[in-house]
Amino acid sequence: MSVKQISVFLENKPGCLHEMTKVLADAKIDLRGLSLAETSEFGIVRLIVDDVLGTATVLKDAGFVSSLTDVIAVEVLNVPGGLNKVLEILHGEKINIEYMYAILGNKTSETAYMIFRVNDNSKATSALNNSGIKIMEQAEISAL
Amino acid sequence: MERYYQQEIECMPHEKIKELQNERLLKQVRHAWENVPYYRAKMQEKNLTPDDIKSQDDLHKLPFLTKDDLRKAYPYGLMGKPVKDCVRIQSTSGTTGQRVVAFYTQHDLHIWETMCARAIVAAGGTNEDVVQVSYGYGLFTGGPGLNGGSHLVGSLTIPASSGNTDRQIMFIKDLSATILCCTPSYAAFIGERMKEMGMTPDDIPLKAGIFGAEAWSESMRQDIQKTMGIKAYDIYGLTELCGPGVSFECSDQHGMHINEDYFIAEIIDPKTGEVLPEGSLGELVFTTLDKEAFPLIRYRTRDICTLTYEPCPCGRTHVRMTKLKGRSDDMLIIRGVNVFPSQIETVLINQGYPANYQIIVDRVNNTDTLDVRVEMTPEMFTDNLGEVNKRQAKLVEGLRSMLGLTAKVTLVAPKTIVRSEGKAVRVIDNRKI
Repeated sequence: MSVKQISVFLENKPGCLHEMTKVLADAKIDLRGLSLAETSEFGIVRLIVDDVLGTATVLKDAGFVSSLTDVIAVEVLNVPGGLNKVLEILHGEKINIEYMYAILGNKTSETAYMIFRVNDNSKATSALNNSGIKIMEQAEISAL
Repeated sequence: MERYYQQEIECMPHEKIKELQNERLLKQVRHAWENVPYYRAKMQEKNLTPDDIKSQDDLHKLPFLTKDDLRKAYPYGLMGKPVKDCVRIQSTSGTTGQRVVAFYTQHDLHIWETMCARAIVAAGGTNEDVVQVSYGYGLFTGGPGLNGGSHLVGSLTIPASSGNTDRQIMFIKDLSATILCCTPSYAAFIGERMKEMGMTPDDIPLKAGIFGAEAWSESMRQDIQKTMGIKAYDIYGLTELCGPGVSFECSDQHGMHINEDYFIAEIIDPKTGEVLPEGSLGELVFTTLDKEAFPLIRYRTRDICTLTYEPCPCGRTHVRMTKLKGRSDDMLIIRGVNVFPSQIETVLINQGYPANYQIIVDRVNNTDTLDVRVEMTPEMFTDNLGEVNKRQAKLVEGLRSMLGLTAKVTLVAPKTIVRSEGKAVRVIDNRKI
């Protein structure tokens, strides 16, 4: 169980990020989450969106290089120690987290959501499931 | 089976070629002496007369002509025939900043087109072929030369000229063009556009390409051949000598046969001017043998390559020159190291990047900097910053081992490096020396 993340290559120059968000805005893409990893010359924007195929298509047509990655969207209780509990489980299974970031929570804010890029998706998923942690599906992310 | 346009000449035993060259050389030197005062004065400076030249063994005594001479003699100073006998001029693209104007009589045009016809037949062309000439037409020699050669072969010729890439592709498709003639960088661009339009090699009717007018690497050849599903042949020439067709590749694709019935080729040490033995890397020098309007004796091309007289499997006996290592004009000296753009291109293509790149040279705190800008591609991109950094580091390492110096690699967004419809602008040198 995983969701699709879209990663986009951008030069680290004024206006590049805006150029991309404009393409998404014009296509009425709703962003669920975003994280940016950058070097001094270029960056990688990682997106969680409501419409994966539509986003990939408009980005390609606009001349951006992008790629799709399976990541895990995990529900985290919005209380102190909520994230720590999830990481403890992954640590127990010796799963390596390449990167992670938070995405928008739901309206009641009792829970938050974290995106995890790990070295072993299925192992991480079953470990979290077994511990009663909720993993989000693509449709649930789109519906947030 | 190998096909020839003029088998008796192209496969002539080499001793016979030498006899023919000797005979023509004496006439050509006398022609220059009698009709080109500029060159006569150069010979007189060395106390030479045409009588001192008895065969090509005496060639080394004759003075060189350089681009600088052409500039000094501009426009009419090296003309060997009166205007009434000339029918055409062509001019260089001025890539190196100095425009050269060359003149042709009807005879000169005919031998030039004959050489282009030999190149087209060597690339598999017959009167059944549809040849699309996407070199620029006009003052540039690329279009007119291949156009004339294609007519001599009897091929249906599309004088597309360069530019308007979508229309180029439409002609190739609609008219089932089988041979494409253009610069290698434009061929790569057309191939890239075809791929974008979803065309695979099977959808492309082309079988061969004749690409020249700029130096290109073996890996770029492989790349173009794969994208378009064709055999890509190199062709070489200079406006000063006629234009494309001075030498051309055969089916063996190992070096270009120089038309030795029309030229004598020498390799010299560019520093001392001394003639180097067969197989040495050096500057290519040409003497025209049958030119009326623009005879050039020992013209220094500034192009760096080697010559080989080894027999070629194609049966042609004319000497072969290797792919240009570069124009000595293109050569960059960075921190004292000689760098040719074609070396950088080889590294990029070997690691899976497109042949679209730009080299930016600058001088910061008295040290030269080399920045290679490379476009990111879907194949090379991943969501993982560390992995992208690793690929970038691999490029830096590849360049370091090829060039012997450290270059900076900048990954840029797709389509940000300007595409060329003629000769590509690869190098931007910002050094103020």
